[in-house]
Amino acid sequence: MIEIRNISKSFGDRLVVNDVSFTFEQGKTNLIIGESGSGKTTILKLMVGLHSIDSGEVLYDGKNFPKLPEKEKQEVRQDIGMLFQGGALFDSLTVEENVRFPLDMFTAMSREEKNERVNFCLSRVQLEGRNNLYPGELSGGMKKRAALARAIANNPKYLFCDEPNSGLDPKTSIVIDQLIKQITEELNMTTIVITHDMNSVIEIGQKIMYIYKGKNWWAGNSKGILKTDNKELIDFVFASGFMKEIYDAVKNKD
Amino acid sequence: MTLFFHFGRYFLLIKRTFSKPEKLSVYWRQIVHEINNIGITSLPIIAIISFFMGGVITIQAAFGFTSPIVPLYAVGFTTRESMLLEFCPTIMSLILAGKIGSNIASEIGAMRITEQIDALEIMGINSAGYLILPKVAGGILILPFLIAISMFLGIYGGYVMGIATHACTSYEYIFGIQAFFEPWKLWYSFTKVIVFAFIITSVASYFGYFTQGGALEVGRSSTNAVVYSSILILIFNFLLTQLFLT
Repeated sequence: MIEIRNISKSFGDRLVVNDVSFTFEQGKTNLIIGESGSGKTTILKLMVGLHSIDSGEVLYDGKNFPKLPEKEKQEVRQDIGMLFQGGALFDSLTVEENVRFPLDMFTAMSREEKNERVNFCLSRVQLEGRNNLYPGELSGGMKKRAALARAIANNPKYLFCDEPNSGLDPKTSIVIDQLIKQITEELNMTTIVITHDMNSVIEIGQKIMYIYKGKNWWAGNSKGILKTDNKELIDFVFASGFMKEIYDAVKNKD
Repeated sequence: MTLFFHFGRYFLLIKRTFSKPEKLSVYWRQIVHEINNIGITSLPIIAIISFFMGGVITIQAAFGFTSPIVPLYAVGFTTRESMLLEFCPTIMSLILAGKIGSNIASEIGAMRITEQIDALEIMGINSAGYLILPKVAGGILILPFLIAISMFLGIYGGYVMGIATHACTSYEYIFGIQAFFEPWKLWYSFTKVIVFAFIITSVASYFGYFTQGGALEVGRSSTNAVVYSSILILIFNFLLTQLFLT
């Protein structure tokens, strides 16, 4: 479980994250949604320590991460898997080497054990037989899946996904969403997904925090979104005519 | 103030670079990779430039020594001194600052803008150590060998072209390159090379590591890496020369 308590962050005079609190539950896909520039990615970067926090606490199973000594921070980080927006696969390494990388760095596994683990992770994201391809030879969806395989290679306790569906077609997006949800449940991880993809919200949003102008504006789940009266959230989620029709249909049914 | 900012940030980066590696075997593998990347791939350009520059220095020396009181073996002597003291350690390092420096800065800069460095950090890896230490160590290990090859090929190029153009005879040239040889000058040259190797790899890594933005900024980092490492090479060349030769 990860808990954030009253975190704030400013860049110069601009307050980007304003007193946000939330609890991300273990074994669930926790979503952070919001418009572009609302502060979602900054919250994620504050949580993993890529930005320093101005005030507040980030608790990983009770440990206040920003206040930990560097060595303990490194230990917490070894329990984190992260799927970046662009995949962030290492260009000079093959898919197999990318997935094996955290195992090489942090485990004392034998070569056979590592190979077994790599092949398991690749099969889990349906990338069997692509071991020797370089990131430059992969499609967008394959890159995301390879990055997901790398993120779960070292059996992380926490999985962060920064806009996992950006740049993907709707069908591939659903595959990625389902993979994230299944893996979260299988490995009982605390998963945090940043998205503004409404399919993802409906599909995998077990717990959702809506960020508006740097604040936690609304919290609930995917069913709650369909019934909300929060104006800003309705404007954001049901921005397209098609989504508006869905919203009206659900409202009228009630 | 900007200068102090860059100095401070550079030294903090170097401190992080030389902190204890997470896993020595992985770093060692990276060092071997960098030795190949920095050293072996630079060999052809080093060989071609050294050979021809040696030849040109020989011809120019022979052309300039018109006085009957200057012996012809001075051509070989001049070529050896030029190659050993200045051309191979300094000019070759400036050329390598262009080739290796831009390569390192653009590689690390591209990793920065595509979040690969963030990925390393989140995994709990000291990204500065993992990315920069192997490049600095690889550069310091391989550049003296490259420069030694450059010295040999430069002097050999002088011999071949000197004979081919009848600038001097084989006997005079070989006598000249052996005349008044002082081995400590090699120490001076190789000390310079090691310092320059550190400058090239660390300055280029610094500019790459702190790249912000997109492709345009990667290009800018690459240019800055070459410009600043070249300037630092020239400044340290002066300081080391003053230190060793006076």
